Parts: sequence; C-alpha cells; structure tokens
Amino acid sequence: MPEPGPSWDVVADIQLLLQFHFMQNAFLAGTLVALLAGTAGYFVVLRGQSFAAHMLSQVGFPGAAAGVLVHVSPVLGLIVFCVGAAVGIAAIGREVDAGQRLESAAIGSILAFSLGLGFLFVRLYGGSAQGIYAFLFGTILGITDRDVQLTFAVALVTIASLAAIGRPLMFASVDPDVAQARGVPVRMLSLAFLLILALSVAITVQIVGTLLIFALLVAPAASALQLTARQGRGIALSVALSLAFTWLGLALAYFTNVPVGFFITTLAFVFYLAVRLVKTRRTVVAPA
Amino acid sequence: MRILGALQLDHAAARLGGRLIWTEVDLEVQEGEFVAILGPNGAGKSTLLKALLGVVPLAEGSVRVFGRPVRRGSDEIGYLPQRRRFDPDLRIRAVDLVRLGLDGERWGMSLPSPAKTNRVAEMVELVGAAAYQDRPIGELSGGEQQRILIAQALVSGARMLALDEPLESLDLNNQQAISELIRSICQTRGVTVLLVAHDINPILPFVDRVVYVAGGHVLSGKPQEVIRTETLTALYGTPVEVLHTSDGRIVVVGQYEPVTHHPDDH
Repeated sequence: MPEPGPSWDVVADIQLLLQFHFMQNAFLAGTLVALLAGTAGYFVVLRGQSFAAHMLSQVGFPGAAAGVLVHVSPVLGLIVFCVGAAVGIAAIGREVDAGQRLESAAIGSILAFSLGLGFLFVRLYGGSAQGIYAFLFGTILGITDRDVQLTFAVALVTIASLAAIGRPLMFASVDPDVAQARGVPVRMLSLAFLLILALSVAITVQIVGTLLIFALLVAPAASALQLTARQGRGIALSVALSLAFTWLGLALAYFTNVPVGFFITTLAFVFYLAVRLVKTRRTVVAPA
Repeated sequence: MRILGALQLDHAAARLGGRLIWTEVDLEVQEGEFVAILGPNGAGKSTLLKALLGVVPLAEGSVRVFGRPVRRGSDEIGYLPQRRRFDPDLRIRAVDLVRLGLDGERWGMSLPSPAKTNRVAEMVELVGAAAYQDRPIGELSGGEQQRILIAQALVSGARMLALDEPLESLDLNNQQAISELIRSICQTRGVTVLLVAHDINPILPFVDRVVYVAGGHVLSGKPQEVIRTETLTALYGTPVEVLHTSDGRIVVVGQYEPVTHHPDDH
C-alpha cells in the first residue's frame, strides 16, 4: 500500500492509522473483542479450559459451512454448533473429573469430528477454500458498521453476564467441593460459563476470525495470571494486555502490510514467553 | 423443653450408589465437643459429614444441626472436604480464598467492604496465616493450605466445623500443630468439631469423643471405651484386634478395607 510510513510523531501516526473508515471499524471491533476476550479469558485460564476455548473457536467452522450448505445464515450454523459443543462438554461433567482428563478427551473427539464434518460440508457445497481461509484468519480489515454494532452488543452481554456470575464462578472454579456445600450451583455455572463463551465466540469469530479469538482468549490471561494472584488486578491486566496486543497488532499490520493475525498472536505469544522465562529464572535463582 | 445438641441423628440411614452404607444411626453431639469420626475406608465417614451438610440426603431417619433440619449452604457449618492439595499452578491469593468462604456464593460483583475485609483478617490471624496470606494458594505447603481452609470454613460465622481428613498428607509436626489449632478453636470459640480421621493417634490427646463407623453401623463414646478389641469386633462383625504400643499409640489390626470398589472414601 502506498501510505507514508510511521514517524516518531505518535499523534500523526494515529491520525494516519485512523484516516480510513475501515481502520476505524477495525479498531472499534478489535477493542470490543479484546475487552470481551480479556475478561472471559481470565476464567478460561483459571479453570484450565484453554482446550475448551480452542475447540469453541474452531467448532464453528463446520457450523458456518453447514449454514451455507442448507441456505440459512452461516451465523445460525455457527451458533448451533458452538452451543451444541458447549453443552456436549458440560454433559461430560467436571464433578468427578478433577484432572479434566475426561473433559479434554471429549473435547478432542468432538473437535476432530466437527472438523471432519466441516470438510464434508465444504466438499458438498463445492465452494472454494477462500471462504474457509477468511473464516480461520478473520477479516478484521473488512468490518462493516453493522458488524461493529453486533460486536458491541455481544461484548456488553458477555461482560455483564460474567459480572453477574463472576464471584460464584470463581468459587466453583478454585474450590468446587466447598462451593457446592455452600450452595453454589457448580454444574449449572460450568454450563453457563461455556454457553456464554460459546455464544460470544460464535458471533465474534466471523468478524475477527477464529485465530484472533483464540489468541486473545488464552495468552493475555495466562500472562496476567502469572504476573498477579489478585483477582481484580488479574482481570484488569488480562484486558489491558488484550487491548495492547490488538491495537499494536493493527498498527503494525497497517504500516507493514503483514497480516494482523500474525502480529497479534506473535505479540501475545512473545509476551507470554517472556513472562514465563522471567518467572522461571526467578524461581531458580531465589526459591520462595 | 429439652435442650438440643449441636448435632442429632435419629434412626438415620444413608444410601450411596444404591447401596445402604450405614443404617440405624443414632448420634448426639453437644455444642463445643471435639469428635473424631473413625473407621475403615469406604465405611461412610465422609458421607456422614455430607449428610449433616445437606449434600447427601438421608435414606431414612432425620438429622438436625443446632435443632434445625439441615440445608445445603448453611452459614452454621464450615466444611473442609477431603482433598488432594491445591493445584500448584492455581494463582489465587490465599486471602481471596478465605474471602470466598464469606460471600463467594452470592451473585454479582464483590465490592470493597471494610467490615468483610476485617472479618477475613481476623480469621487469618486466628489460624496464624497472616505471614503468607498474600501468596498464591497453590504455592503454600500442605499445613499452610489447611490453616487457610480452616479460616475459610470459619469466616462466615460457623458454629460447627466438618473436617474431612484434614491431617491426611501432613507430616507429624504439622499434624500436631493443626490438631492443636483445632482444639484451641473448639475451646476458645465454643465451636463444635467433627473431624474425620484415618488414624486416631495424632488427635487422641485432643478429642472428647470418637464416633466409629464400620460394618454399616456407628458407635460412639470415649476413645478408651470404643477403641477396644471386644467393642470393635462386635461393630465390624469380624475379628479385629486393638493393640497398644509402648509409646502409647493405638493400632487397630485386621480391619476390613474394601479393595478397588470406591476410589474415593465416601
């Protein structure tokens, strides 16, 4: 692209970044997804459900393909598949499954099956691989105003729901036996959390892509949890990191013409790696 | 009117997985008593605790805690489940875990509250955990984790502690220290303690009474009355022998331990 490159003048750079409507929309949607994923991701990592998040961000692919195949909206297919998968995981149950071996085996099986279905649907449709590619890596630079509004609604609902169930969900996540004895509906919360996650992923995945959702659901929260054991700070840090990676990734992609998804995932990964390395060194040098 | 005790079971029976695990249980525990619940694996010691927590409903009979029928989530009973250690990677502060015992079951966001913070601090102080309250729970030692969990069990104003094998997987020093802590909470605060144990010896100097669960029945009394060859043989329905070692320890020999059926000790 022919735009002038970035300078050391930050204000000018930002003006440059936001001069086009598509970039404004990319920043708006990216910001909303980062807020949503940073918050939900904290619980994903705390509950050890990274693999479930991975599955939910992938499982929509056959759903979307099925939607196209039977001529209903791909979004409907996405929602049906994501919610179905969430119910599937919850049905396996965590109660007797402290090590989550059952859960992860169930997730692996469901995920493989759903990807197989996806290939079948794409073949039956006879469509090109282009659409799948767009789905996996997102089209954040082609977001419409309506997409932004939809993302806003989803982010609002997700964050409000998590605020409502956050405290008992925390209790059920760290200490399920005591939580249950204290009257917390542990299994119901487990299902509720997966459903919130499934719905928010289903709707945002077709806007920003499965890769971006998954990256923002795990790495920032994982880094935040390594850096602080305080709940409030942990969630705030997870959100802040998600925002930083998204904004920086979008800016770098704009000025270099390298895909956004690459920058955001790389930033998230490198930061996580650095945090882990520093922590490991500290434990080796000065054991607590 | 008769004064009701802290815990009262009348003709109680419990069923687990279709099988009656104990029946005809009559038991009364007075307020402020320190009671050890003993018995072989799979005899239903944990189920006894879960019955008074209202988590496992009785198949027959009734259970009352402080004179009222039990209900799940009561503030009057603090519960410490049987467990392995916390996951070493669980990065939640110990003090936050105690706080969850106070209002973790409520919906909505947790707002700053000086009264609640003070209450949590008081309990952390009581169990002697102030020094490590800000560290992640997963990084604490077994004994430190037990102290935090006792604080969590007490924080909502519990008048009864239901502790399921709190001494398991602790070294001897910590078994001693935690037993002393529980005894002192029992005495200074009048808290009734029901403690499930696999081994009577670490708590023998501290308990008022033992409840022995075996052979589908329950027997209670002073340790020296209950833990005898004749009484336990009658209770188990098979010959067992109680030995006293020269250093004052009690060993029960020949007790039936069911194999492989129940990975968890219910």
